[in-house]
Amino acid sequence: MTSSRYDRENIDIAWCPGCGNFSILKTLKQAFTELDLPPERTVLVSGIGQAAKTPHYIGVNYFDGLHGRALPPATAIKVTNPDLVVIAESGDGDTYGEGGNHFIHTIRRNPDIAHIVHNNMVYGLTKGQASPTSQHGFKTPVQPLGVGSDPFNPLAVAIALDASFVARTFAGDQQLTKELVKKAIQHKGYALLDVFQPCVTFNKINTYAWFKEKCYNLDETHDPTDRNAAFGKALETERLPLGIFYLNPGKTTFEDNIAAQIGPLKPLHRHTVNLNSLQHFIESRKSA
Amino acid sequence: MSQARSKKTRDDVSIVLGGGAGQGIQTIESILTTIFKQTGHHVFAVKEYMSRIRGGLNTTEIRISGQAAAAYVERIDILLPMEDQVIEHVHSRITPDTIIIGEKGRIGSGPNSFEVPVSDIAREFGNKLYSNTIMAGIVVGLCELSEQTLAASLENYFAAKDEEIIRNNLAAGKKGVSIGQRLRVENNLEFPVQSHPENEQHMIISGSEAVALGALAGGCNFCAAYPMSPATGVFTFLAQHCHDFGVIVEQVEDEISAINMALGSWYAGGRALVSTSGGGFALMTEGVSLAGMLELPLVVHLGQRPGPATGLPTRTEQGDLELVLHGGHGEFPRLVLAPVSVESAYTLMQRAFLISDACQVPVFVLTDQFFLDAMVTVPGFTIPEESPSLHIIKTEADYCRYKLTDDGVSPRGIPGFGQGIVCVDSDEHDERGQITESAGMRTMMTDKRLKKMERVKDYALPPLFYGPDDYSVLVLCWGSNYKAVCEAHDLLGPSKLAVLCCEQLFPVPLELAAYTEKADTIVCLENNATGQFARLLKAELGIEVQHCQLKYDGMPFSVEEIFRYLENYI
Repeated sequence: MTSSRYDRENIDIAWCPGCGNFSILKTLKQAFTELDLPPERTVLVSGIGQAAKTPHYIGVNYFDGLHGRALPPATAIKVTNPDLVVIAESGDGDTYGEGGNHFIHTIRRNPDIAHIVHNNMVYGLTKGQASPTSQHGFKTPVQPLGVGSDPFNPLAVAIALDASFVARTFAGDQQLTKELVKKAIQHKGYALLDVFQPCVTFNKINTYAWFKEKCYNLDETHDPTDRNAAFGKALETERLPLGIFYLNPGKTTFEDNIAAQIGPLKPLHRHTVNLNSLQHFIESRKSA
Repeated sequence: MSQARSKKTRDDVSIVLGGGAGQGIQTIESILTTIFKQTGHHVFAVKEYMSRIRGGLNTTEIRISGQAAAAYVERIDILLPMEDQVIEHVHSRITPDTIIIGEKGRIGSGPNSFEVPVSDIAREFGNKLYSNTIMAGIVVGLCELSEQTLAASLENYFAAKDEEIIRNNLAAGKKGVSIGQRLRVENNLEFPVQSHPENEQHMIISGSEAVALGALAGGCNFCAAYPMSPATGVFTFLAQHCHDFGVIVEQVEDEISAINMALGSWYAGGRALVSTSGGGFALMTEGVSLAGMLELPLVVHLGQRPGPATGLPTRTEQGDLELVLHGGHGEFPRLVLAPVSVESAYTLMQRAFLISDACQVPVFVLTDQFFLDAMVTVPGFTIPEESPSLHIIKTEADYCRYKLTDDGVSPRGIPGFGQGIVCVDSDEHDERGQITESAGMRTMMTDKRLKKMERVKDYALPPLFYGPDDYSVLVLCWGSNYKAVCEAHDLLGPSKLAVLCCEQLFPVPLELAAYTEKADTIVCLENNATGQFARLLKAELGIEVQHCQLKYDGMPFSVEEIFRYLENYI
């Protein structure tokens, strides 16, 4: 493997041989290289799961928090220091299950962060239970008769919430993934990139071959600013589209809203207490 | 001619307003507290209210005193029922001397009940709502304050309304004053309370405001919260003043988001606060554990109310001490503080930010509904000389976030400030913040985290002591009870009874033992059902409390209640 400025030394990668995460990891480093992201100003924020270990294997800042809880810290980190490039990264269980409420409300809030979700339709780290995106009928040790519920459709939900950027890729297509990672990072606002990947150990249905056959790339006949069309694409199940589904540029970001309240944002570590305002408030109460 | 009323020598008047939510009690409270402060009195106002927006029965007590007072009294000197059933609601607090003024049917029928057809009079001015202003005027007249003072206050309070409403309020207020004056003179009523000109420049402040101002003075610049009684006021204050102080304030989808956002902000260089109550804090406990593992600062304000579960949303209790002591799985150091007054809250919030930042431990500040909703006059708050600075370093290229150090505190870097990379991980980790399962590293990291408690102890706050040095009975208490206990203590007269109160609940200050060793009898007063503070003292310092006086009906201790209890020990 060619070395990269984003390599981290002395690491022990905990993924199974053949895991889709290796491909995603490589693609991320390539994307970072092409974007020339300064490592000390780039922050990966993850939850818990195999996907969430990705930040440990890349030489940038990271905040690896609790299961399901990557989006709140990612939002806070970006608004606290807008000079940072903030990327949230976790799996489908972490993001769409445990973190479901944050997923919904982060889309509403629209912070300027990229969100890469490794979607392998199973819980790998905890050894094979179904995830929110597992297909109906998927058999696991915990769901021996097959999953009874219908899968969560993250793209449809995101489009229904009028998310700022909604895209999907497949880890096996490194070129597409790299391009979409770059676009997600460069996008101003919340950018969702759902990444199909196989779990070679626990998901014998949605394999590399299965994805390769099912997926197709959106082309210029799809207008990503057409929300209804995007929604239609998100509902397809016979074949699974890849690419940018929905683009909602110009949507006010969370940082813009905060700036409207308190003035232009600067990194909070430079903040000082407004002693005049404190004095003024106390004086006003004394003379009331 | 009725008998002359006994002259009050108490130098304190307790005025209680009773009515439904949405009726305007808060209007009267606001006007009266301002007037009494402007005329040089000490004021303390406390509310008890139901969990609803309209209707029900709420009361507000306004104490006007010659000496500073910040405690609830049962005794009612002047009762103003604005609704039916108020007398029934407060009947245990009515004394033979209580003056009751209001509509027929609401005031009882004793010699101290005075009927004033307030609604009818209000309608003459055009709207039943003017009842509130008339009532305020009656109190002004009764207490011999001037109509001009009321007029100025009304003009200020209703400044945003249109001309006609202001005019009507002034007229209604004037009418109320003349009614109050007439009642006073005809019935020989007196409410003597000393006033001092220097008190005119005092500030009226609520507990919530004191907590919020303390946070701001302590450098708070980020607050994420989910609304929950009684802690919402702190968050609301920060939201309303966010521009003046440059604070990022966000209402979040749930409490779990709040605490995780707060930690993200500290990681990136912010100084974050969360404000919640017991139930919200319960949701946050995994985040507390995260604070411990990431070794990030965190300040949590917890305004207590009765539990378990939803409990009594708008009442008061001190039932969450053990929750903040133990909330958050795993083992890591923490600091728990409990303000005893608005000045204490202002100071302790600053202290919370300082210690949390310096020692990289979560700090919990415990208050309660009674404290947060009460308003009191105080001389003022000291402005810090300079803005507190963040305890961070500029990182070098080889920076390790969790470098093992002698005192357990690793120099804290933030992303984007220096050449280094800052990695934090909720898994067990090595000095770089890299995930590890090494048994040896696990042990070292646990020892390192726990070692920080020694640094926290460097900042220990000694307990507050009040009473004679040659005491034999020691009364322990914490939080908002302190002022009430001290006031009851003073009513006892000379005795061998002293009061000891901890603003720092955990780690328990070692000096406490020196005080308790000298006592023959140790008792404890708490607003919970199981004596949590007493249990903590036993566990940490082996202190044996002979008796706990516990109150857990959702109401604060009254001065009289404490007095009756303490009488048993003198």
